[in-house]
Amino acid sequence: MPATATIAEAAEQIAADFALFDEYRDKIEYILDRGRALPPMPEELKVDAHLVPGCQSRVWLVARRDPATGRIRFQADSDAYIVKGLIALLLQLYDDRLPEEILANPPKVLDEIGLTLFLTPGRSNGLASMIAKIQAHARALAESSAAAPAAA
Amino acid sequence: MSAAAAPKMLARSGAFDLDAVRAQFPILGTTAHGRPLVYLDSAASAQKPRAVIEALTHFYEHDYANIHRGVYELSQRASALHDAARRKVQHFLGAADWREIVFVRNATEAVNLVAQSFLAPRLGPGDEILVTEMEHHANIVPWQLVAARCGAKVVAAPITDAGELDLAALAERLGPRTRMLGVVWVSNVLGTVNPVEEVVALARRRGVPVLVDAAQAVQHFPVDVRALGADFLVFSAHKIYGPSGVGVLWGRLEHLAAMPPWQGGGDMIERVAFEGTTFAEPPFRFEAGTPDIAGIHALGVALDWLQALGLEAVAAHEASILAQAEAALAEIPGLRVLGAPRKRTSLLSFTLDGVHAQDLGTLLDLEGIAVRTGHHCAMPLHARLGIPASARASFAAYTSPAEIEALARALQRIATRWR
Repeated sequence: MPATATIAEAAEQIAADFALFDEYRDKIEYILDRGRALPPMPEELKVDAHLVPGCQSRVWLVARRDPATGRIRFQADSDAYIVKGLIALLLQLYDDRLPEEILANPPKVLDEIGLTLFLTPGRSNGLASMIAKIQAHARALAESSAAAPAAA
Repeated sequence: MSAAAAPKMLARSGAFDLDAVRAQFPILGTTAHGRPLVYLDSAASAQKPRAVIEALTHFYEHDYANIHRGVYELSQRASALHDAARRKVQHFLGAADWREIVFVRNATEAVNLVAQSFLAPRLGPGDEILVTEMEHHANIVPWQLVAARCGAKVVAAPITDAGELDLAALAERLGPRTRMLGVVWVSNVLGTVNPVEEVVALARRRGVPVLVDAAQAVQHFPVDVRALGADFLVFSAHKIYGPSGVGVLWGRLEHLAAMPPWQGGGDMIERVAFEGTTFAEPPFRFEAGTPDIAGIHALGVALDWLQALGLEAVAAHEASILAQAEAALAEIPGLRVLGAPRKRTSLLSFTLDGVHAQDLGTLLDLEGIAVRTGHHCAMPLHARLGIPASARASFAAYTSPAEIEALARALQRIATRWR
């Protein structure tokens, strides 16, 4: 089970955490800390097929549906801590959720906590690309489960 | 440029009044994240002196109209300023004729123009376009687009581990199928100043036309296209203290006169009829539509400004800044500068062990220091160097010793805390 019951609750938690930091500097350092704390992805998953395009650093993202729960489990990593920190926030929101829930809850909280400057399309940190990839996985897995419902 | 050359360079730059130069750049007085801005990304784009900023405003307030069309005074004045800007660029490059100066949007567009209009008609299956491993994507991809259409291919001449062109290897790759050579004068990643005169001579002996990418050159040392002997040379206004949105293609008049247009529209025609249209002479043949009239005027002003400052004095100042930066960065544990060319100008790219370039750039940004991070539009070069990304500090006429000290101190802190 994820640490929070819903994506909305996870978003509230992130907003509360960032409310502790007034300064841009502190927010960035917090993201870097989150990145350093994110467990590394197994090396065998860091293959080109899992690369998220559009990022200045390399970002790997894999998704699989847990057959027992129907939820999507994400694993992601990057060679830059700032990006790993953004990944940690995205995993806090979206890891271990149902595809429908992911698609119904875009990451508005990232705007609210003052990370808007990370989100503009074309930004080299690739946050927008990662979000698009997470949503694409959710869409694909939602469709595949609709086509062939997993055995209960 | 080695660190040992620094004292001489410092002495030579004595006449150069850095404070007076910096005072002409309003943006240098601003802050970033509450710290004084330390702008070390001039190779991506140079900041603008007040003369250029005010030229744009003044032009729009007093002299603006469309050019080459109106019979009225204002249009004629705007047209005269436009023509004057072209002659300024001509003289700046030492070109024989004003008709050899074509205004485009940027250096990239200039390469695309040559690829599409000059090269494509003479390119066939199996032909080759030679570039070097240290090219910017702007001097690779336009050729690839044309090559793919014509069944030709783009091949790369190797560089040495020091980050210099391997002239012998380059000569070997100038084969019977080579139809074009694209070579960068100054590498935007390594800072290497290539011996383009020798490269051009090599190519011309084999009858291979040469395009020189001077985007990182013209702002750092005097250029004379007649002495160089190349066929085409390109640069961008925004890297030489001019506005963004203007680029220059210099081409030999005999080439330009023989080249077909590549974009159609107004101002590039001689006579338009539905039975067939004839085209204007160069440079107008390649300048379809209304250009960046104010920007081109402001480019002329930027060149005036730089020449008044003196490119020799700027070069001496930048050499002393580079020597200072090389010495300071050598003190940072785990920091590695990319390449060790014998002749380098105005920029250093580096990696810091254990800190990804993107994190490095983010941490420097918190200190108000602007550097470029990533692959700097030179992915093949980064692949050759075996690294995914690097950070780059680049210098200009306004870069101060205090800014290099600020960079070095910040890197020292980052190396201590984050490695």
